[in-house]
Amino acid sequence: MEEGIITAIRIVPLEHYILLSFLLFSIGAAGVVFRRNTIIILMCLELMFNSVNLLLTAFSAHHSDPRAQVFVFFIMLVAAAEVTVGLSILVMMKRNVDSVDVNQLNRLKG
Amino acid sequence: MLALFYILAALSVVSALIVVSARNPINSVIALVVCFLSIAGHYILLNAQFLAMVHVIVYTGAIMVLFLFVIMLLNLNTATEPMKSLGMRVAAVTGGGLLFITLAAAIRHGVTISATNDFDPGVGLVKTVGHVLFTEFLLPFEVSSVLFLSAIVGVVMLAKKETPSPHPLSDGEGLTPAELERRR
Repeated sequence: MEEGIITAIRIVPLEHYILLSFLLFSIGAAGVVFRRNTIIILMCLELMFNSVNLLLTAFSAHHSDPRAQVFVFFIMLVAAAEVTVGLSILVMMKRNVDSVDVNQLNRLKG
Repeated sequence: MLALFYILAALSVVSALIVVSARNPINSVIALVVCFLSIAGHYILLNAQFLAMVHVIVYTGAIMVLFLFVIMLLNLNTATEPMKSLGMRVAAVTGGGLLFITLAAAIRHGVTISATNDFDPGVGLVKTVGHVLFTEFLLPFEVSSVLFLSAIVGVVMLAKKETPSPHPLSDGEGLTPAELERRR
């Protein structure tokens, strides 16, 4: 089974991983525009982060370079920090305007 | 092996679509957990064992539980979210589809990608990634702890309730108008 997993890097073409990542990224980008619930918009951002991570990992395995995987690790760290700050802003928004609708956040509009 | 990849890819795409389209936020979170687990399966398929474990622990274990906590805490688990206007929704779907078509066409007629290094199946093992992380990327690794510290401070600052000032009579900040009236 271990041999099978190791050869999987060579069997699955790189283009398949690229197309899968593009598809996940497009779904996330459409979801950011599609939804009004701020928490779902944050989840769509996570989805886009993960599609980029998957693409970096696929390229790393294809080129046999471990540095891209370290980059994915750092992206995960930054995403964790970003999610905590985003969710606390969400809690503050719910407390102040009693809603999680992004259309309520239009005071910065010029 | 190719069939396993297709099953995982279909699972991740379908659960991603459920994340965007589900009415109840709890269903979205559960679908996103399924999507993240299938992406962890992709990492295992690419023999990136370190990333698979970190992904399951950090994303599925920590971040999604945080999302669930916030949804439960703010009592958001109702499907009464107002939808955007029809034109906006059509524009979102069209824009996402066009983005995907453009990217796919770019890779279809783009440059051919050839591997730069010799094939090494052990590139994603904990030993290899850890060695690179603690030699070449040691400074960014330590700086990321400062990032986390600032994130903790920022979250506490943001989520703290506005408390009345310790001497309410010296300045009227933090008092309700009724209370101010009563004190007069």
